[in-house]
Amino acid sequence: MHALANPARFLRIARPATNWSLAIGLILVLAGIAAGLTLTPPDYLQGETVRILYIHVPAAWLGMAGWAGIAASSASQLVWRHPLAAVAGRAIAPAGATFALVCLVTGSIWGRPAWGTWWEWDGRLTSMLILFFLYLAYIALASAEQERGGEGRLAAIFGLVGAINLPVIHYSVLWWRTLHQGQSIGLTGSSIDSAILWPLPLTMLGFTAIFVSVVLMRMRAGLAEAKVEARLRRAATE
Amino acid sequence: MNPWPFVIAAYAVGIVATAALILWAFASMRRAEAAADKLKRK
Repeated sequence: MHALANPARFLRIARPATNWSLAIGLILVLAGIAAGLTLTPPDYLQGETVRILYIHVPAAWLGMAGWAGIAASSASQLVWRHPLAAVAGRAIAPAGATFALVCLVTGSIWGRPAWGTWWEWDGRLTSMLILFFLYLAYIALASAEQERGGEGRLAAIFGLVGAINLPVIHYSVLWWRTLHQGQSIGLTGSSIDSAILWPLPLTMLGFTAIFVSVVLMRMRAGLAEAKVEARLRRAATE
Repeated sequence: MNPWPFVIAAYAVGIVATAALILWAFASMRRAEAAADKLKRK
């Protein structure tokens, strides 16, 4: 990780990795979606709406994993002052916000036929909505700091503090037993039948690979913009 | 209640949002790297 903090070394790896992860991600997502829509049986209770799971669960995972990534890059920025850490945090935020929003919207669409309501102020739904707002606040804060020429330390502190919401989202279904169902997929097994579950790893891995590719693209853009800014500043002082 | 409009709407949201994210990230990367290359050549 420390070796990758060198921008030149990072770019040597990131250039081919961007294309590879995007290609792998698209193939896996297309395969997972096709299988989820045509090859799996409807659920005995939810019927066909169970197919929304193949989009909703990866979006929820990436919404949360994105903030975990922001917290990790914030910690490396504050503790080790890695030159790429702030760039990584800023690159992750729009992708994480997009998937948090997809999670909220697809969950709402699933909720209408399954629960009879588009929205409920349930613990899981509310904490996920808070995560989306945290992303927006992080993006605004990081952009404002960057425009003022700051190092992004305030955004990094915000990224670390915001991580408190991650265990709240995870345990919300245990702490507040309201509308959202409990955990159905764990490390030791799943309560979902394997006939329905099997395309889920394809979309989970596929969307994760796409997420990685988007973050690499944003990091490359961030590094190129910084290079342009540094050259222009140098030219102005000469 | 016919479930398919809900399933199609959820997939449309997921696919459109992901496609828009990829296109935006790709376009901004190409634009920034082209600007950096142009400045390097000067």
